[in-house]
Amino acid sequence: MQGLKKLVLGVILALGFGAVWASYSWNFPTPVTPIAHETLHVHNLFIAIALTLFCTVLALMLYSFWTHRKSRGHQAADFSAPRSRKQWLWVLAPFAGLLILDYGVFGIPAYHAVLMYENTKTDADLVVKVTGSQWLWQYEFPAEGVKYSSRLATPRDQIDNLQTKGENYLLEVDNPLVLPVGKKVRFITTSNDVIHSWWVPAFGVKRDAVPGFLREFWATVDTPGTYRGQCSELCGKEHGFMPIVVKVVPEAEFKQWLASKKIGAGAAASAAAPAAATKPLTLEEARAKGEKVYGSICITCHQANGKGLPGTFPALDGSKVATGPVDEHIKVVLNGRPKTAMVSFAASLSDEDIAAVVTYERNAWGNKTGDVVQAAHVAELKRAP
Amino acid sequence: MAHDMAHDLPHDGAHEAHYPGGALRWIQTTNHKDIGVMYLIFAITMLLIGGALILAVRAELYQPGLQLMQPELFNQLITLHGLIMVFGFAMPAATGLANYMLPLILGAPDMALPRLNNWGFWILPPAALMLVLPFFLGLAGIGPGAVDTGWTMYAPLSVQSGWGMDFAIFSVHMLGVSSILGSINVIVTILNMRAPGMTLFKMPLFAHGFLMTAILLITIMPVLAGGVTMVLMDRHFDTHFFTAAGGGDPVLWQHIFWFMGHPEVYVLLLPICGVVPHVLSAFSRKPVYGYRAQVYGMWGIAGLSVVVWAHHMFTSGMSVGGQLYFMYSTMLISLPLAVLFFCWIATLWRGSMTFETPMLFAIGFIILFGWGGLTGLVLADAAADPQYHNAYFLVAHFHYALYPTTVMGAMAGVYYWLPKWTGHMLDERLGRWHFGIVMVGFNLTFIPQFLVGLAGMPRRIPDYPLMFSEWNMLSTIGAFILGASHLLFIYIVVKNVRGGEKAQAKAWEGAQGLEWTVPSPAPYHTFETQPEIK
Repeated sequence: MQGLKKLVLGVILALGFGAVWASYSWNFPTPVTPIAHETLHVHNLFIAIALTLFCTVLALMLYSFWTHRKSRGHQAADFSAPRSRKQWLWVLAPFAGLLILDYGVFGIPAYHAVLMYENTKTDADLVVKVTGSQWLWQYEFPAEGVKYSSRLATPRDQIDNLQTKGENYLLEVDNPLVLPVGKKVRFITTSNDVIHSWWVPAFGVKRDAVPGFLREFWATVDTPGTYRGQCSELCGKEHGFMPIVVKVVPEAEFKQWLASKKIGAGAAASAAAPAAATKPLTLEEARAKGEKVYGSICITCHQANGKGLPGTFPALDGSKVATGPVDEHIKVVLNGRPKTAMVSFAASLSDEDIAAVVTYERNAWGNKTGDVVQAAHVAELKRAP
Repeated sequence: MAHDMAHDLPHDGAHEAHYPGGALRWIQTTNHKDIGVMYLIFAITMLLIGGALILAVRAELYQPGLQLMQPELFNQLITLHGLIMVFGFAMPAATGLANYMLPLILGAPDMALPRLNNWGFWILPPAALMLVLPFFLGLAGIGPGAVDTGWTMYAPLSVQSGWGMDFAIFSVHMLGVSSILGSINVIVTILNMRAPGMTLFKMPLFAHGFLMTAILLITIMPVLAGGVTMVLMDRHFDTHFFTAAGGGDPVLWQHIFWFMGHPEVYVLLLPICGVVPHVLSAFSRKPVYGYRAQVYGMWGIAGLSVVVWAHHMFTSGMSVGGQLYFMYSTMLISLPLAVLFFCWIATLWRGSMTFETPMLFAIGFIILFGWGGLTGLVLADAAADPQYHNAYFLVAHFHYALYPTTVMGAMAGVYYWLPKWTGHMLDERLGRWHFGIVMVGFNLTFIPQFLVGLAGMPRRIPDYPLMFSEWNMLSTIGAFILGASHLLFIYIVVKNVRGGEKAQAKAWEGAQGLEWTVPSPAPYHTFETQPEIK
């Protein structure tokens, strides 16, 4: 008995030291959208009710184990069904309670919550199209003509434990989605390849990105800040490495960002086009540029040594595609290969990047074709049917 | 009719075994006890393999970063774990129990279709081999490895996957044939082979649980077989069932899969709902409470289970009407389930209880499955569900629903009837240790998973952000404790087979039923003359 007391006291003391548990999380992240507020509310209510029910029934069972034991000389009763009106009441009461819990306490608010969740058609201030792709997210503001992709920015060395992991390990991207605070944003999801699922826990929304179909949801974020999430539908090899980062900023700042994105994208395109026309890249320039692109995208499957993974991802080193006709090689990158993990990069990479990476692949490892692909060539093939 | 048949059998040599020696006995056998034992050995082997696979996963998830494996291997491990545990362990374990116990409980000489029974079992080992072969070939550097799409095999990922997927499809076909054959046998046996006087409503709950399971399996397995065949067609013959560009729909696969997948949960649960009342009644020395209510409860669960499937798909973008229907119909399942819980606890109430190992496992099942069921309630809320769906909260929820049933419930049954099978009483001290280790290991594995899921950790990721580290570490420690408990279980069973205190015909003081009227161990052919039920 003394030992037991000491043990209980020890456990209480240990639990009391907040520091022990400081790094553990116990509930949803702080909600910042109406849906997330509602979900947290339902969740807290549910946990309270479920724990109460669970503990009450457990207490009844423990009481019974203690009292109705053979070793205490308890004689077994022989009832096997309710026998009186009073007993029938006792039997039916829990089920009445359960019905009220299901269809009243949870069912009625859930009805309104579903309607709220699906209220995507009215009063949207802004539309964002989210396209899942193996393994990155593309964001598009169709009305504003802004489109870009967003990839994991955590260095591979951190994943392989060669470097210390940063604070936002696996939750950092090169180009975050930027949204204005307090505005209703209508999201449209779709996918280029397999099903992905867009989830930011603080927003309380999750919606699948289904290839060939459009799905919608909405969010009005009430607090500026940076919110992070991850893809939550298994989408192949790099499923764990396609995070979501949303920066929510005041409207003025958002407008500024959007304008810079528009000009930035436009300027880059218009500056690059004449430059490419007047001054073609040399093999060395294109190789250097292509190596960077390769290192951030292609390397995931085709590996640093260009050997791929036998049986899963084909080798590029010495392959027919990377040493054969140039146009075929460019077309594979532009259009992808149906039913494989090789997706189309026509939308997610610029013509310059595609030209550079194809040049790199044709002149890296054992490949020595000497071909230099120019952006104009890629643009031409893109236009060709 | 069954009665007459029993009398037509030759009576010379009754209660004696006639079988060839060595391996041939097990290959040729049509005896329900032999086949039951083979099913159980197969199931426990699969439990160990499926467990080993997931321990490798938990070891990788012990801390952030990739330490032991690359994502390709990780995806194969989680997929095989799911498929092996559901189709390789849980279903064969239940069929094994049914095979061994149904004739004893119904007072029948054997299962109704003995040759079919033999065939049903012997399809399993090649099917399992087919499922795991690409995995080992992949490890040896041949081919892309095993199926890596998650056990849900969502299209178009399953259309894109390597040829391990084709092996998985054929394996699912074979496993499906096996379980349909087993189910036909269970249904025919229950409807035709009961002892004279044992009406359907005098039949023990064990048989009711298996009857509903078998009916469900015959309903759902052909649908899955059709679904995976469509995937096969999409993969190799350019059909477009699941490709939007060709007029198909990836979400169609989810409907087909979950039409099988949700009832499958009850396929795993209902046999245990049949087993547990026997154990509870025996050790509280009190008749089963609410026999008819439990039978209707099981029918209710089975009936509802086939009309609620899309609650697994609330994030796929369903219409408002679809969400409301699947939410409210799902909530309805809580009623028949609550009936069963109520009856189980009322069976214990005011009994004269002792806590032998089978009783401990049955109680553990009620408590843990209770929490699994309660957490299902909030997942049914279509608007709140997305926050739990495909996060670790969901993983923890369905393990609280499936582990207590398929593993602890089955172990309660095995421990309860083991004296009847081996003729030896259990080592109670070891049994209590086993129970304690399971409770600690299981809760330490899955309570952290609830919490890390709330914090936002998606399932099926090989590496995770730093904020999830603490819970994952605890969960991994728990998983290894839980894994070790299964080795102890095997030790206890082997020890029991080899010797122990001699068991009486009625091994437990409070045990009821026909199986306890024959000697322990039960003779090779039991009830050649069927007993009369008054």
